[in-house]
Amino acid sequence: MLIERKWKKWVYFYLPMAVFIVFTLFPFYWMAITAFRPDEELYATWRQPNAAPLWTLAPTLEHMKGLLQTTAFPTWLWNTMLIATVSTIISLICGTFAGYALARLRFQGSEFLGTAIFITYLVPQTLLFIPLADIIRDMQLGNTPWALMLTYPTILIPFCTWLLMGYFKTIPKELEECARIDGATRFGAMVRIILPVAIPGILSAGIFAFTLSWNEFIYALVFMASADQKTVPVGVVSELIRGDIFFWGQLMAGALLGSVPVALVYSFFVEYYVTGLTGSVKG
Amino acid sequence: MARVSIRQLNKKYDNGFHAVKNVNLEIEDKEFLVLVGPSGCGKTTTLRMVAGLEEITSGEIRIGERVINDLPPMDRDIAMVFQNYALYPHKTVFDNMAFGLQMRGYPKEEVKKRVEDAAEILGIEALLARKPRQLSGGQRQRVAVGRAIVRHPEVFLFDEPLSNLDAKLRVQMRVELKRLHERLETTAIYVTHDQVEAMTLGTRVVVMKDGLVQQVGAPLELYGRPANKFVAGFIGSPAMNFVDVAIQAGNGRLWAEAQGFRIRVPDRISSQAGKRVTLGVRPEAVRIANGVDDYSFATEVDVVEPLGNEILLNFRAGGVPMVARVDPGTRVSAHDAVRFALDPARLHFFDPQSETAL
Repeated sequence: MLIERKWKKWVYFYLPMAVFIVFTLFPFYWMAITAFRPDEELYATWRQPNAAPLWTLAPTLEHMKGLLQTTAFPTWLWNTMLIATVSTIISLICGTFAGYALARLRFQGSEFLGTAIFITYLVPQTLLFIPLADIIRDMQLGNTPWALMLTYPTILIPFCTWLLMGYFKTIPKELEECARIDGATRFGAMVRIILPVAIPGILSAGIFAFTLSWNEFIYALVFMASADQKTVPVGVVSELIRGDIFFWGQLMAGALLGSVPVALVYSFFVEYYVTGLTGSVKG
Repeated sequence: MARVSIRQLNKKYDNGFHAVKNVNLEIEDKEFLVLVGPSGCGKTTTLRMVAGLEEITSGEIRIGERVINDLPPMDRDIAMVFQNYALYPHKTVFDNMAFGLQMRGYPKEEVKKRVEDAAEILGIEALLARKPRQLSGGQRQRVAVGRAIVRHPEVFLFDEPLSNLDAKLRVQMRVELKRLHERLETTAIYVTHDQVEAMTLGTRVVVMKDGLVQQVGAPLELYGRPANKFVAGFIGSPAMNFVDVAIQAGNGRLWAEAQGFRIRVPDRISSQAGKRVTLGVRPEAVRIANGVDDYSFATEVDVVEPLGNEILLNFRAGGVPMVARVDPGTRVSAHDAVRFALDPARLHFFDPQSETAL
């Protein structure tokens, strides 16, 4: 260890760290405080006496109540959960097989295929939704959860494939060879040895995929019409902004409740998630 | 009976690289055969073809009477130990060792008994419940060996199993592997780039270079009668000294001459008179001369390396650097003028073009 002066550590480490934390967490804090702030405070000017812009003097649950009682928020939450879970599972299954094949099997055109998959990921959703809308209409899937469960994987599979391909490459191929000598087939070696070893990577890909589909906006806006089919990001924005009136309290309550499941998923898998991002398997 | 025959074995990669060229080897039952050579010589590729991890371009491999060319690895009745151990990180030591037996459907009791027996042989009984990451390098090595021996395969394959260990542990494991082989009496093929490992472990040693077998023989045979200059230089440490000389007849005797260097050589190479050859002499065949004779020459020592059990003297002769290995009691310091003599019975001669032994 290098011996350094204490003030240096403060200046170069703690201070930038504190700035960074405040910077990233402040919007979340603002969202939370707005959700519990009564309307009188929300619409009052900061210059009036007793103003408390950074906290609230009379916390209230009225926005939460309003959100849950006057809008279809619980339905949106359920829709989002269902759609995100199903599309994540589809994408993980496809991504795992594709990533394994691209990382391990030598076949004609494998490099081209890898690049092609990556390129599909680069096409912006804001363009892709136009042809996809056509397909969804022809297949009569519009305004059903399937419209999103089947279109989200178009973004998520390339993403999972690339992430998992990288992860599979870090696993020594001798593990697999040894399993094959030990009596496993190629598929058996993959299922019994490689997949358990790759669980951190698979979980990381899953968390990312889940978050991406949870937050997705454009497809959900375009493919879902009726209020009871909407997802949280679309529902909150389309139902709680009426004309030029922003129902800030309910908007923020919706955002807060909408981010809770993602936060839970993150903290539940965080141990795996971190090793998945940083680590591979040592021999 | 597990005799391994390798006939006309070739490996050509898709990019045209010819990694293994016409290799023919007969490995007897219970033999410990070592493939040794510098990296890229094709030794590991050969082993991987025996294991079934690499496709065979042409040729034939038999284990016993079975041709195994197209059998998948699991049907070849082999076990392999890898350089990086390849322990399954998510399984305990017990499960690592039991995996191969479980895959083959052995009854639970039998699996337990075999794993415990192997663990006892290797002294790892206390580690059976641990995960690989909780083990030291030497312990992982033992588990990897244990995983190979529980299956009682017909052939063991070792791919540089000791090169990830530190020097001291490597020497210790080397002895243990040899002891284990004597106890289990199973045919083994062992790949290494370390000639000391090759010499100490092998019943026979195969020296390879550029995909070609250079020489096959017992360790001392390779050391005493190398087939060519490559084998001569590869086996032995410090390496054999080579000096290009002209063979001249004079006074009814044969002489090897180079710059500042003229010694008498045996009559057996009289056919080379008037030609240039490469003279090879091992460091221990160079001694300090008692007086002036036909086999000695004068030079100056530039570096003295005392190793305790011996002293290495570095000097120049015939325009090239050479090493002599002398008794630790020898009193010589750097820059001393010294007369060295070569042991005429231990001189090697190589054709300068083909590099084969003369």
